[in-house]
Order: sequence, then C-alpha cells, then structure tokens
Amino acid sequence: MENTIIEIVGFSFSISNRSILQDISFSVKEGEYISIVGPNGAGKTTLLKCLDRIYKGGSGDIRIAGKPLDKYSQKELAQKLSYVPQADGRILPFTVYEFVMMGRYPHLSPFSLPGKRDEEAVHDALEITGIAEFSERLLPTLSGGERQKVFIAAALAQGAKVLLLDEPTTFLDPKHQADVHRLLERANREHGFTVLSVTHDINNAILTSRRILALKDGAVVFCGLTDKFMNNEILNKIYEKSFLFVKHPQTGKTLTVPEVP
Amino acid sequence: MMNTGSRHNRSIPMALLFVLTIIVFLCAPIVGMNTISFSAILHPASGNMESDIFWKIRVPRVCISFLAGAGLAVSGMAFQAMFRNPLATPFTLGVASGASLGASIYVRLGLVFSILGISGISIAAFAGAILSILLVYGLTRARRGFSITTMLLAGVAISFFFSSVILFTQYMSDFSQSFRILRWLMGGLEAVGFESVLNMAPFVISGSAIIIYMTYELNLMMTGEEIAASRGVGVRKTKKILFFATSLMVGGVVAICGPIGFVGMMVPHICRLLIGADHRYLTPATLLFGGAFLTLCDMLARTLIAPAEIPVGIITALLGGPFFIWLLLGKTSSKRGII
Repeated sequence: MENTIIEIVGFSFSISNRSILQDISFSVKEGEYISIVGPNGAGKTTLLKCLDRIYKGGSGDIRIAGKPLDKYSQKELAQKLSYVPQADGRILPFTVYEFVMMGRYPHLSPFSLPGKRDEEAVHDALEITGIAEFSERLLPTLSGGERQKVFIAAALAQGAKVLLLDEPTTFLDPKHQADVHRLLERANREHGFTVLSVTHDINNAILTSRRILALKDGAVVFCGLTDKFMNNEILNKIYEKSFLFVKHPQTGKTLTVPEVP
Repeated sequence: MMNTGSRHNRSIPMALLFVLTIIVFLCAPIVGMNTISFSAILHPASGNMESDIFWKIRVPRVCISFLAGAGLAVSGMAFQAMFRNPLATPFTLGVASGASLGASIYVRLGLVFSILGISGISIAAFAGAILSILLVYGLTRARRGFSITTMLLAGVAISFFFSSVILFTQYMSDFSQSFRILRWLMGGLEAVGFESVLNMAPFVISGSAIIIYMTYELNLMMTGEEIAASRGVGVRKTKKILFFATSLMVGGVVAICGPIGFVGMMVPHICRLLIGADHRYLTPATLLFGGAFLTLCDMLARTLIAPAEIPVGIITALLGGPFFIWLLLGKTSSKRGII
C-alpha cells in the first residue's frame, strides 16, 4: 500500500494571466487520507480541478499512477480519479439510481447497456453510503445531506480508487457531517480508497486524516502529519489569526475552539 | 406514496408513443380534402388523380412533417441538455434567423432558380443557416475556450441582429414580397414531392444518429460540465460535435420548412415529463413524439379550413400549449420534467 498514486512536481497554473497555483509539489500514497486546507481563494479547489483535468494546462509535472497526466484520455483518468464537487443547489431530474449509474460512464461504450459489473458497482456504492433504501427517489426530493451521499456514491461507483472531494460537509447538519465523515473513513479503511478532501473544518481534518496539505495564495505552506499542524506558528501563517487549543477527550488530539473576547 | 418516477413505469408511455406514431403515420396520408379509395392506394397507376394525390403529395408530405418534427424536437432536447436551460430551442443559436434572413433576401431580390431540384429559397435559407453557425462558432472560438455561456450569448446576439435585418429587408420589400417573407417565417410543410424528403433526410438522420450515439454524454452534460469531465467525458469535443450535428440538422429542416416554432421547445419537455430525463429513453421518445406531433398538426393545418391551409406553426402552438400546461400542473411535473 505504499505506492505513490499522485505525484506533483513544480506545478503552476494560471487563469487569464492571474496566477492561481505556484510551484506546487507534493505526493500522495495509495490508501492515504489527506485533508487540504487554507483560506478562501488559496487555490484548493483549483488544485483538485487541475488533478482531475476539469481545468486543463498549467506547467510542471503531474503523474497519476506513474503516468503523466496529459498522457491520459479523459475516460482513462476517470478510472483513476473521481471527483465530488462543492454542493450547489442545482436541480437534476434523475433518480438516485440513475445518477449513481451515470458514474459508470468510463466503463461503458456508446451503445452498451450497463452490465452485471456496473450494477454490482452501483449496488456496492449504494451500500457503502447507506442510501440503498431511497435509490428510486428523485434527486430534487432529497435533503442536502442525502444528496451529498448520492454524489459520493456516484464517485465511488466510478471505480476510481482516488476520491477528490471539495468541501463534502459544508452546508450539512452535525448528524450528516458525521455520517459523511464516517462513510469516507469506511471507504478509506475498508475499501482502499485514497481520499483527498478540501475542507475548512480544521478539527475534522485533524480527526479524519493522516496528513494535511495547507495552501495559501496558491503555494504550499504546510505538508505533513496532522499532529505537527496544530500550533499557532503554522495556523497563524495560514489564516492570519491566532487559535486556542484543547485536547479531544477521547483521542487526546489537539483541536481548536473559538476565542471569546 | 409519492410518485418516484422509477424505471419500471417507463414502458407504458413508451408503448403508447409507439402506437400513436403508427396510427398517425397510417392515418395522416388518408385524411385530407379529397377522400381516397383504398384501390387507388393499392394500385398506383399514373394518371389516376386519387393515387397521385396519395403517393405524390400526401405521403411525401407526411414524411417531411415527420422528419421535420423529429429533427426539431431532438435538436431542442440536445440544446436543453447541453445548455442546461429549459428555454433553449433549436433556434436559440440563431440558425433559424440565419435561414430566415437567407430566405428573405432571396425573396427581396426576386431571384428564381433551383439547383438539382432543390428550390432556390431552400438553398438561400441553408446558406443563411450555415452563415449563422459559422458566426456563432467563430465568436465562441474568438474568446479562448469553448464556453457554453459564450456560445449561448453569441447565438442570441446573432439571432437578434439577423431578426432586425429581416425586418429591414421586409420593410424595403413591396407588398407581395413582404407577404411571402412573412408566410415563410410562419413555417410550413407545403414542399411537394420526394425530392424534399431526400434533401432533408440526410440531415435529420445523421444528426439524430449522432445524438443517439451521445446519449450518455447528454445525461452527464446535463449534470454540469465539471461532473461530466470528472466522469470521463471529453467535454470540449462533445460540445463541438453536438453543436455542429444539431445546428446542421436544424439548418437542413429550416431550409425546407421554415422556422416552425414550438415543436423544438415543448416536445422534449412533454417527453421528459412522461419518460424522465434519461436520454437513453428520452431520445427515441422525443424523435417519435416530435415526428408524430408535427404530422398530426400538419394534418389539422391542411384540413381544418380546407381548401385553405393554416400555417402549421399556429397549430403546433395552439395544440401543444394547453397540453403542456396541463402536464405542467400534473402531480409529477414539479420534480420530474423541468431541467
């Protein structure tokens, strides 16, 4: 499980002459759980989109499973990486089953109907995310939390072993946040998915992930184990704000709490 | 239990559509101002007026209306999915305005010609359609990338511009020319003979084939370009192929029938309400219903006030509008149909 799945060396990216990412270097090993943090506009989402070639171009070297990113066709890439976008209130007139099945696209040819393997993959994804019971419901009838699980299920069904998630728990209530974190952990631990998750929730990043990548103004300011991350020297540099720390009563990990004036 | 629009209740509306299509196809050529005996149909002797009316006028006309209806409806469906906009029509990108401009200029200049049996007005209209397709493509390309929003705006802008040029052309025309232009703008299926069928068929068949080939991509494009790309769709290539295939198909139809409204916008919505949004089922349903619907409308258009004809675009809207509103108010529509 120690193979490098994603390797980024000196990657820079700009949109209409405005630099978004500068000289990013880091690598991800198979089976890792990494949280990507940083202030708004730091380039976290852009980094995910560049990895999944939703944004094309940029300079530097990105390799997925040892092969340069630009040597992949979009379909081949979709068999390696899947992406869960930020929630937007878009109305999609599909049933849960239909939508999750659409995740099988990289395995289907134009006139072939989904076969047994596709149905199994969808079935497994619905089971892991715990949404099998409402697989026949239409997406617009779901709550935000349920919908997020559907999007994750579609990404799991895609059969790619790396999950890229963009703020998967933003806008969710505490129960659904916990649900989503638990199912991501299960996908990671029990089913071997590598997880890269962009988040603003530092505490959950500490509790769920092994490593943290912090970006600021398009550059890497921290990349390392979670327990090296929770101190004001680093956090101040990232967020330009000081933090208070407490110990988690169960795990003993350092977490932050809001400061009271 | 709420209606979940699940997979298994799709077969009944599909079967109904098939039956409707067959009935319309069989009835439409028989219905008309002149009644036609079965012996005249079965023994197509030349010189027999009844059999000539049937085989040389009505059958080609039914074929034309079916092709046009199917082509316009499926184009509207593709554009609505690609632009993720329920108001998109086959004419949104200015193809119809381009064609209309070509036709108006042809009428205004008083040209009369035909090439290989294709009427001059159709050729002029098709040239206009091609012009608008190239303009929209050029404008979209000029701004780096191939953004859906840019394409949409370019199309709408060109549409408006051409429309004013059409109005100006019409204003500068004499009374009879002006009426001919207006009549062309209303759309119609009067084209006679199998030549028109043969001219239109390649556009509709190849365009529809490409759309049928890309049903998975259409589903994903409807969920948004980012999700589509992350699922493995080559988004830029898909947009280009769909744009050209659909626009050329619309151009081929409009060149012969004029801009028949309503079919392209409403038929896909009606089908989505009945079948659901999965394009693997929606595409054949839209082709069938678009064809059958326009054939039916044309049948009414040529019989209601016979021997005169009502422009078919009036019938499509009069018949389809209330039907669509009825569906829209139905209980499943709020979750099911609208993009």
